[in-house]
Amino acid sequence: MLALVFASVALAGAADMPCFRWENFTTANGLPDNHVFNVAVDGKKVWAATENGLGLYENGQWKVYRPADGLAHRAVLFVAPDPRTGDVWIATMGGLSRFSAGRFDTYTQLTSGLANDVVYGVSVEGDFIWVATAAGGSRLNTRTGQWSLYNERNTPMYEIWTYAVNATPTKVYYAVWGGGVLEYDVKTERWKDYNDPDGETEIVLYKDQGLIHEVTTSVSYVEKDKILWVATYAGASRYDGRNWKNFLEKDSGLPSNFLNQVKAVDGKRAWFSTDKGLAYYDGENWAVYRPALDTHKPEMLVRDAAGKVTPVATETAPSHNYVLGVDFDGEDLWVATAHGLSHGVRVK
Amino acid sequence: MRRGAWLLAAGSMALMAMATEPRAARYPSPVELTISPDGLRLYALCEGTDEVAVYDLGSGKIIRRVPVGRVPKGMALSPDAKRLYVTNSWSDTVSELDTASLAVVRTLPTGFEPNAVIANGDFLFVANRISNDVSVIDLATGLEKKRLLAGRGASYLAASPDGSRIFCTHIYPKIGKFRAQPESEITVIDASCQMVVDRYRLPSAAGVFHVTLSPDGKLGMAAQIRPKNLVPLAHVEHGWVIGNSISVFGEDVGEVVQVPIDELDRYYTPPFAIAIAPDKSVAYVSTTGSDSVTVIDIGRLVKFLRSLGPVERRTLANDLSASANYVVARIPVGSGPKGMALSANGKRLYVANRTGDTISVVDTAARRVVNELSLGGPSTLTAERRGERLFFQAAFAFHGHFGCASCHLEATFDGMSWDLEPDGFGKDYVDNRLLEDVGDTGPFKWNGSNPNLETECGPRTEKYFYRSESYDGEQLEDLVSFIKSIPLRPNRYRAATGELTAAQERGKAIFERTRRKNGTPIAVQDQCGYCHSGPHYTNQKLFDVGTGKATDRSPLIDVPQLTNIALTAPYLHDGSARSLEEIWTVFNPNDTHGVTNDLQKDELNDLIEYLKTL
Repeated sequence: MLALVFASVALAGAADMPCFRWENFTTANGLPDNHVFNVAVDGKKVWAATENGLGLYENGQWKVYRPADGLAHRAVLFVAPDPRTGDVWIATMGGLSRFSAGRFDTYTQLTSGLANDVVYGVSVEGDFIWVATAAGGSRLNTRTGQWSLYNERNTPMYEIWTYAVNATPTKVYYAVWGGGVLEYDVKTERWKDYNDPDGETEIVLYKDQGLIHEVTTSVSYVEKDKILWVATYAGASRYDGRNWKNFLEKDSGLPSNFLNQVKAVDGKRAWFSTDKGLAYYDGENWAVYRPALDTHKPEMLVRDAAGKVTPVATETAPSHNYVLGVDFDGEDLWVATAHGLSHGVRVK
Repeated sequence: MRRGAWLLAAGSMALMAMATEPRAARYPSPVELTISPDGLRLYALCEGTDEVAVYDLGSGKIIRRVPVGRVPKGMALSPDAKRLYVTNSWSDTVSELDTASLAVVRTLPTGFEPNAVIANGDFLFVANRISNDVSVIDLATGLEKKRLLAGRGASYLAASPDGSRIFCTHIYPKIGKFRAQPESEITVIDASCQMVVDRYRLPSAAGVFHVTLSPDGKLGMAAQIRPKNLVPLAHVEHGWVIGNSISVFGEDVGEVVQVPIDELDRYYTPPFAIAIAPDKSVAYVSTTGSDSVTVIDIGRLVKFLRSLGPVERRTLANDLSASANYVVARIPVGSGPKGMALSANGKRLYVANRTGDTISVVDTAARRVVNELSLGGPSTLTAERRGERLFFQAAFAFHGHFGCASCHLEATFDGMSWDLEPDGFGKDYVDNRLLEDVGDTGPFKWNGSNPNLETECGPRTEKYFYRSESYDGEQLEDLVSFIKSIPLRPNRYRAATGELTAAQERGKAIFERTRRKNGTPIAVQDQCGYCHSGPHYTNQKLFDVGTGKATDRSPLIDVPQLTNIALTAPYLHDGSARSLEEIWTVFNPNDTHGVTNDLQKDELNDLIEYLKTL
């Protein structure tokens, strides 16, 4: 208690960083599987993409969907609710599923124009469904049923393993695993790629001169601020259309350079899912939420702009250090981890 | 006269004859009716003449014919009755009529083939039959706000009395697994958030037509057919072809239950429109092929349903004796009854007789037609029109069981694979095909066993389908004339200018290619355009393309026409390919059905984009 009081008084940065009470879900309390690849908040519903089924948390209850219910595959990698229609698009290891009021429709590489059945990501923008697959990008026009495929033959994509996609009204970004970032301009219908200027996998020769690394895992574009955030397996990047700002464990508050996802709040703030905890950046200060790496006790660390790291007392933490994804629920958070799903209830 | 000059003269005479020949007669073909809330006007939607005929109900006279878009299919009044909205199914628009001036004031874009419309607050909900969705149109801007995923062939809509829910039904079943039971659904939309919130499953139901709610909102009814396509078509006398029923749902009855309207020795097919009396005492069901309206006592129906256990409810639709518990009358009306409208006091029921071009006025107390309003149109019937009446009639089959239109729903197809007994039980499964543009594509049936439509529709139908004396010679000629005259609907994937998109152009090049990607030549008979040639994309010959099944008697397949191929899944002769993609991703492992295995996935997509334009 004394430590908490001390931390609150001594640290302006820490005082401003969000604190949470973490409630964790595992198979013991209804989650379909403890390996949670991603999570999506959909109004009062929460969708959990797990290794063994799609979980829906609603009114305090879990409902589980598996292939017997019509889901394309039991391994669910990503979920994208469509706020306009209420439908949910589901990326799986065996195709793309659309869940609409209890009905699953599935698209595979054999039954439809989808490029490949290994679907890592999906993003909904208007009538278009943008899909990231192991064989390039795919786009479904839901009005006409037309599929458009994007690969090395019609984009500057030298590696076709697309790992994530983020579509907005003006830009669409693909995280290409091993191929940097691909940008589609909706107005001009042109593609552009962003790559690591030093081309090195282990070292950074030209920091802040381009994308931090080629192995990208996630993209998050803030349209109102025109800021692109990128997560890679060797750090994070922020791009304002002119300048790159890169973040590494050694010179930022990132707990690790190994990032599974970045989710932007706005052009200044973002959440990072790493293999060593969940991190938040408010533009100056950093916070990390996790079970401590050594003791596994709940831990919250705040790093201020000067680089000073201060612990903040907390009695709860996300269910595991290996964080794969996060989504916002008002001021609350939902966090997908390698061992359970966590609900971060914001504490004032 | 030299030979050339003679030919020229003959040609000129032929052209003159064509020029002086009267334009093909257009029959009004009323499909839907709506009465104004004040009871003074009756609106009759005429799909044959592309107009709304407006009756003054006091005089029974038409006071105005308002031209709308092409092939209008549905209409609805705004809640204040100041606007009438009409779906123009071939124009992909909704016409907005000012009911005071009876003029079209706006034309609003929709999805592909809008069939029904509901005006709900500031929005229109439009069921689009080809795009399988419901358009939500903002009436302030006239723009489509979004589309909601419906079932296949979204065609009819109804709103709950409080306007909170919209119900959508579908003319075609879902595309399911090969040789699986058909299934349809009632799509339930929350009108306030404009999202689909439920889907009532309708197992074994295929063509589902009108849906309606009782005035208190506690009872919903949807007209439907239940095809028995998995068993051989050999038991007409046992009712094992098509069942005609109503899906009943809502607070009064609990979960959806399918209720038969047939009798043990008589069928009433297909049920199309439903009107529920204001006092909820009875429901009226028009049965297009039987030229009648079935009257259901709702009190008796609900009581009967409440007496059933869960298993009995599930199997009720196949119990042809059940209708005696709630069907209280069959009212003969005109030819081809479709849409209906009840007067506000429930004393008069108006029935649109599509192929009769009349409106039957039924005294609901006496349960008989007391007047008939004419929609005009040609005074004589052409061979095509006589054939059209035959096509939609079920009178020729044993016990009036079914007619051509029972499978070729509204002269199209039903999206299902059938086991037709003349081939032998479990042999030669056949995918039902679209009838548009078939006239010049003989031989017929996928194995080419019927050299012409007269054989296909005449003795074959009489012996194997109807199991009773069928059409005489003149009738058969008329029927074939009608089938040959079925117009080809606009292709939604081809620009009006005929210009192809980049993907379609690439696909066209693949369709027309003569070499593989590695440069080796493709044998002429293996090129797409060899078999799929000519105006209908068929050379009308038989080939073995490796898609035959063990159940087929012959591997030879009559090359199918490709016009509007995008609409008619499933594919292949037996309906085993659920999508155009599967024709090549699943059923062409050895390049025997065209050379496609050297194509990348995006190239196959391009080919399909081109095929959809044909």
